[in-house]
Amino acid sequence: MNWLINLGAGTLAKLSAIGNASLMLWGALVAFPRFKNIPLIIHQIYIVGVQSLLIIIVSGLFIGMVMALQGYTILVNYGAEGSLGPMVALSLLRELGPVVTALLFAGRAGSALTAEIGLMKATEQLSSLEMMAVDPLRRVIAPRFWAGVISMPLLAIIFSAIGILGGHLVGVDWLGVDAGSYWSIMQATVDWDKDVVNGIIKSLVFALVVVWIALYKGYAAIPTSEGISKATTETVVFSSLTILGLDFVLTALMFGIN
Amino acid sequence: MSNILVDIKDMHFERGERVIYDSISMQVKKGGITAVMGPSGIGKTTLLKLIGGQLTPERGEVLFQDENIHAMSRKRLYDVRRKMSMLFQSGALFTNISVFDNVAFPLREHTELSESLIETVVMLKLEAVGLRGAAHLMPSELSGGMARRAALARAIALDPELIMYDEPFAGQDPISMGVLVKLIRELNTALGLTSIVVTHDVTEVLTIADYAYILADKRIIGAGTPDEIRESKSELVQQFLRGNADGPVPFHFPANSVKEAFIGASS
Amino acid sequence: MTSKKTELMVGIFVALAIAATLLLALQVANKGMSGSGETYTVHAKFDNIGGLKPRSSVKVGGVVIGRVSDIYLDEQELIPVVVMEISDEYAETFPETSSVSILTAGLLGEQYIGLTPGFIFPGEEPIYLGDKDGETKFIVDTKSALVLEDLIGQFLFGKDSD
Repeated sequence: MNWLINLGAGTLAKLSAIGNASLMLWGALVAFPRFKNIPLIIHQIYIVGVQSLLIIIVSGLFIGMVMALQGYTILVNYGAEGSLGPMVALSLLRELGPVVTALLFAGRAGSALTAEIGLMKATEQLSSLEMMAVDPLRRVIAPRFWAGVISMPLLAIIFSAIGILGGHLVGVDWLGVDAGSYWSIMQATVDWDKDVVNGIIKSLVFALVVVWIALYKGYAAIPTSEGISKATTETVVFSSLTILGLDFVLTALMFGIN
Repeated sequence: MSNILVDIKDMHFERGERVIYDSISMQVKKGGITAVMGPSGIGKTTLLKLIGGQLTPERGEVLFQDENIHAMSRKRLYDVRRKMSMLFQSGALFTNISVFDNVAFPLREHTELSESLIETVVMLKLEAVGLRGAAHLMPSELSGGMARRAALARAIALDPELIMYDEPFAGQDPISMGVLVKLIRELNTALGLTSIVVTHDVTEVLTIADYAYILADKRIIGAGTPDEIRESKSELVQQFLRGNADGPVPFHFPANSVKEAFIGASS
Repeated sequence: MTSKKTELMVGIFVALAIAATLLLALQVANKGMSGSGETYTVHAKFDNIGGLKPRSSVKVGGVVIGRVSDIYLDEQELIPVVVMEISDEYAETFPETSSVSILTAGLLGEQYIGLTPGFIFPGEEPIYLGDKDGETKFIVDTKSALVLEDLIGQFLFGKDSD
């Protein structure tokens, strides 16, 4: 009987968390038309996007390089090393670009957002905004939300492009795959709508989810040092799991059924 | 319009299972300093949040200028909040911008003043709290007392009608405490605003308050001018004023009896 | 509050993203050809399409002129029909006597459609490929994909099946 009660209580708690998170998002998003917020969004893009650039470029470069290296050793057995280009490009555009960017983003920017909002709550900055007749949802949450949603697809595009260049570096410049076939077979195989745009859509969905989780976890954090550290951890864990789960669903929808 | 700025009528508030306020009523007179005293943990901050409309009472109403705070539309509530401001215990300065920008924040949010005008206003407010020289510092570079004064400058930036002070004296050395007491009194007279001071520092606040309420055990146990409070016959009030460890407000947190806990309930 | 430096960095960030998008569009996906621009539709019936898939390319002498947009089974004849989107750049270029065949790039490569332009008889008004007035026309001259099993069968049981 007890576990049934626990199950019920757990379900109710999760449902009310989802409800609260939706209310928070609603409160924040109604605010978009405020033009006064645009400098705030730019400032947040700097914090969330530009400051994540280094980790994205370095990871993209190395992932592209390692994929070329691994792919080459297998493909060369079949004399199909010309297909290295499409292999690197498709894996990056469809999967690794959006997914790895989202995972890195959750670790780098998501956790920072949670901690920042949590600390603003703990130090009564959110309350004091409210008492100054400034809605913290609009002033604090909304700019960060939009900045995250704008930044992540851009980061994912940069990640994929750098990865493809990294693959070129290893595949063509080092292992001696023909540069012409690296690019031309890639061009023949990669489709703009199906591969590139779908990858960007994926990244946009991940962005919505990661930023939403990060902001809500911070906003709902228990305002103690322990509560904030717990919320930060939860942001990274929940976001990562959600990204991987959603990635499967989106891949099945986009590429699974022909 | 009556000369009562904030009128709390028969308010009842619970947090979870715990009753915080059991039908309390109090009035805050316009232009005066009203002190709300009580032991720690009694929910004095909660009272301020109820007045500010951040929390909603279970029963009863809170009137600000004869208007029920909790029956207002969101927009109206935000309009009304511009007339009040609150000084948080920690100061609650925005840590990522300088003292100057902190004080300028409400002006930039709510007015269309030019930057040069904002600078003049900010400097005037900082001068009033004696921190004009600290305008360029970051909040982390200020001492606790200075942070609170900077927050006070921010609180008066929009010339509110009501300022609520949450534990302004907690954790202050005697000098900064004296400075704050003087500031609260002077601002009140000079700007003609109304103040509510929530504190457990009885002696300091009774020197400046016009009227005082003592909260304990979910109720108001004493009210009156400072002189009336000091001469109160109530044991509760006297215990609070003198700081006796045990009395009507028990030393022990409510628990089962010692005998039961240590010898066993069955015997 | 937003300083010039912040704005500059965000500008660089966005410029970088635009550059990456351009790289993906032009160098990786070769958007110049596929998907974009106006196209016209050509139908062809085959006996066997082998491993041909939608989005396979249509080439003339190695130059990509379009892509396969759809493959379905003709309900009466029960043979596959391939629908191709050819770039409008090549409108009124190929006469209807052109032939198409399913070819393979290399030994293990992708399958694609090779189009061989037919002759235009001098002095005659040429009829070009493509559907007109909503009427579906099929290319008559088609060569099916090579299927390895058939090839081996032909080899074993004589060459007279041609």
